[in-house]
Amino acid sequence: MFAQGLTLVISSINRKLFRDFWYLRGQAFAIALVIAGGLASLVMSVSTLESLQLSQTSFYQRARFADVFASIKRAPDSLEARLRNLPGVNQLETRIVAPVRLRVAGFEQPISGKMISLPDSGHPLLNDLELFQGRTIRSDAPNEVVISEAFAEAHSLSPGDELSAIIDGRINSFTIVGTAVSPEYIVQTQPGTMIPDYQRYGIIWVNRRLLASAYGMSGAFNDLAMTLTPEANPKVIINLLDNALKPYGAFGAYDREDQISHQFLSSELDQLSVMATLLPTIFLGVAAFLFNIVISRIIALQREQIATLKAFGYGNYEIAWHYIKLVLMISTIGIAIGLLGGAYMGRGLSHLYSEYYRLPFLTYRLEWWLVAVAVVVSITAACTGALFALYRVVRMAPAEAMRPEAPTNYRATWFERWQGWQLLGAPERMILRQLSRRPLKALLSIFGISFSCAIIILGSFGQDSVRRMLDIQFGHITQEDLTIVFTDLKPLRALYNLQQLPGVHTAEPFLYAPVELRSGHRKHRTSIQGFNPDSRLRPHLDSERRSTQLPPEGIAINQFLADKLHVSEGDTLTVEFLTGHKRVRQIPVALIIQEDYGTLGYMTLESLGRASSEGPRISGAWLAVDTEVLPALYQQLNDWPGISFSVTRHEILQSISDMLDEQILTFLVITTFLAGSIAFGVIYNSLRIAVSERARELASLRVLGYTQREVAYILFGEQTLLLLTAIPLGFFLGYQLAFFFVSSLQTDLFRMTLIVNQGTYTMAALVVLVSGVISAAIVWRRIQHLDMVAVLKTGD
Amino acid sequence: MGEVTVHALRGIDLDIYAGELVVLLGTSGSGKSTLLNILGGLDVPTSGTVLYEAQNLTHASERELTQFRRLHVGFVFQFYNLIPSLTALENVTIVTEMKEDSMPPQEALNLVGLGARSHHFPSQLSGGEQQRVAISRAIAKRPSILLCDEPTGALDSQTGISVLEVLEKVNQSMGTTTVLITHNASIADMADRVIQLSDGQISNIHTNAQKCSPRDLRW
Repeated sequence: MFAQGLTLVISSINRKLFRDFWYLRGQAFAIALVIAGGLASLVMSVSTLESLQLSQTSFYQRARFADVFASIKRAPDSLEARLRNLPGVNQLETRIVAPVRLRVAGFEQPISGKMISLPDSGHPLLNDLELFQGRTIRSDAPNEVVISEAFAEAHSLSPGDELSAIIDGRINSFTIVGTAVSPEYIVQTQPGTMIPDYQRYGIIWVNRRLLASAYGMSGAFNDLAMTLTPEANPKVIINLLDNALKPYGAFGAYDREDQISHQFLSSELDQLSVMATLLPTIFLGVAAFLFNIVISRIIALQREQIATLKAFGYGNYEIAWHYIKLVLMISTIGIAIGLLGGAYMGRGLSHLYSEYYRLPFLTYRLEWWLVAVAVVVSITAACTGALFALYRVVRMAPAEAMRPEAPTNYRATWFERWQGWQLLGAPERMILRQLSRRPLKALLSIFGISFSCAIIILGSFGQDSVRRMLDIQFGHITQEDLTIVFTDLKPLRALYNLQQLPGVHTAEPFLYAPVELRSGHRKHRTSIQGFNPDSRLRPHLDSERRSTQLPPEGIAINQFLADKLHVSEGDTLTVEFLTGHKRVRQIPVALIIQEDYGTLGYMTLESLGRASSEGPRISGAWLAVDTEVLPALYQQLNDWPGISFSVTRHEILQSISDMLDEQILTFLVITTFLAGSIAFGVIYNSLRIAVSERARELASLRVLGYTQREVAYILFGEQTLLLLTAIPLGFFLGYQLAFFFVSSLQTDLFRMTLIVNQGTYTMAALVVLVSGVISAAIVWRRIQHLDMVAVLKTGD
Repeated sequence: MGEVTVHALRGIDLDIYAGELVVLLGTSGSGKSTLLNILGGLDVPTSGTVLYEAQNLTHASERELTQFRRLHVGFVFQFYNLIPSLTALENVTIVTEMKEDSMPPQEALNLVGLGARSHHFPSQLSGGEQQRVAISRAIAKRPSILLCDEPTGALDSQTGISVLEVLEKVNQSMGTTTVLITHNASIADMADRVIQLSDGQISNIHTNAQKCSPRDLRW
């Protein structure tokens, strides 16, 4: 009998649960969206990270990606056996790498590339190719090549097509037999650029004997890769290798960490890891706060019901469990939306990455363990928020709960001593006192809303910063239309030949010298670029738009390199030139500049020529030309011997801009959804709770003759004040988070100067304001239907 | 079970004259609150006509009713309904700001004997004091009609009488038409006219030949 009665009561309680949920549906949905945002960002970043990492690891293993790499001018094949015997070397492979110019039928602009030798088997020992289409080369079939898959895709090339390559000034025709990716070129960036341009830069693999004969490397090699034994220390091996290669024009060995493609990919993975922690923490923190305020309000409204249940003999835990079930119901909706949204966004992000990173097995996958972790984390956050509110249930004695809550106690606040207070009307005073009565709640709401702004800034600063970098690089620092690099150093008179070309109005020489810079025990391998101090095509060095000119003597380096070497202006660097006469000089640091990427040193052409003993020879020239003659000029340059490559500025800028535009939309959709859900979640819930808490007060005002608008002003005024405080705080937080993000991801290769555009700030403010307007529009209906008659009759 | 139409008021035909103090007497469910809601512009009747001077309120829009309440009606509630975040003075100001010819808020508080407590918040005042602030709020805008819904309902008799004294004073000194709803028959003696309601109808109207002072009332 008792059991039967209890069953009935329990089922009634569950009915109450569903009714409570239905009553809360709007707020529940808003909170569910915030949970969904947290979960989606977690799932999106972790699943993408996992997919990328998995593809990277399996590809590296399968293709036997090397641990150490080195380039030299030229070394005899006989050296290979000696190198193989160095302690710690596991496998070693020598090869020939040649800079080439490529020609694809129908594409007028210059294409540069890198030709890499393959052994007769068609598969290198290390850095093996993963074929996408066709097959690898046959040793008995001359003139066969495999080309990089990204290059093939950019030009719609497939096996069977023809390709011309100018190797060492001579044109060669090849037949494409396959397209492939290599672990060395997951990101294919042309030397000197930061963003891949797959149309104008290609990687070509060709038979070693053929390349050796075309590039004058018979019986020799100029590049090698090796794997190490597990116990080997890469730093030691690199030193040994450098010493062994020194007589052959070593450019400096480097390990995997400094390999460009690997560095790009690692940096991206690091960014994703930061995102995977940062975003879910923000969202789930806000969700916990929302659960806290909503469950607190429900408990306040259901005070008498709780007392009745307690009087009937329900224990604290049973009642608390009842409310936890409500939290779980809401969380479940959030989790469902979050999982779907996260998988969708993860897929979108992976697709974006596959455009950029050519990983052969990059398939998006959402692992079950991630789903499980995401669910547990979301529920933990939700319950934590609710538990603080439920503590009140536990403390509430049944008799006390039967009585109505004590009237709200207000006091004059400190800011009422402010003189302007007297000028405020009663509604404004109500707003300010209401806020000051619960400062913590107001503060948490402000922080919650401000995170919405911060998320937009976090999602967009990358674009803003890259655009600014392009703007500085192409609009401010580099003014040339074409860069010509000679295969070997040429005397200065080679410049005059270039100046004679039609349409060329400025030609300026430059010299590149590979060096090792040393300061005490610190050293760094890089190159020094020398050019004329009065250069019109390189008028500025500094990315901060300070018109910094080359110092007449000494070297200019950027802040990043200065920090790395622990030097400042006035200190002296030991500079070892790695090619030519291999001089070692003491050169003073004359200037430290701000620069967004790279670690080049800069000197005047004359002083670099003197220091390296290479002067007055030059490595190449920058040209400023009339854009209308470019096609004819390309034609002419294509037949020019001894030029390793030429790059055009306008086209690079255009292709990068196109790539960015493509990404913008995806990022905009993702960040707007995330930021919007957080702003709506906080604002709507705050408004709904305010209406619920103050319904009697507002209805009384209506009875006294206040119009709906005047009542709305009091209610919305409070939220507007929170919004207007949250927006600038959000700008600040967003900037700081982005700054943290940027500073934690600085590499030799790339350092982002943090830029947040006006448009991003506007967008961030708009998302918050629109969420506010939508919330207010929904709540407006409740103001219209305030029950004036009820307030005449009911007490507090 | 189908829906049942319940008439809260039926066949009411009533004139309330300027300056008089009327007590609406009736038990719970007699319809007195519904009548007060209609008189105060909180509700409109399903049929019949409501006139305030020459203004027909029968089919007034929500906006017109708000305007009517704003300009002409003062309300005193059973549970005071003061705004907890505003001081006594500010609770009065909130109404005086709405209408141009309102009296200064401090004067309104002086009138109910609370001039010295004008900077106290509702939670710092007793029930009687809160109700006096509520009356002061209701009269500060010099309304034509003062509607009081069980103004002593939440108070002990001694405090209740002091509140009624304030209402009488306002009625006499300002000439404000005052309608006082109560189920407490003892209060009827202070009225010019007493209207009794039962089952939604007027069951009796009588005029007091001799009005009692609230001080002489007992319950």
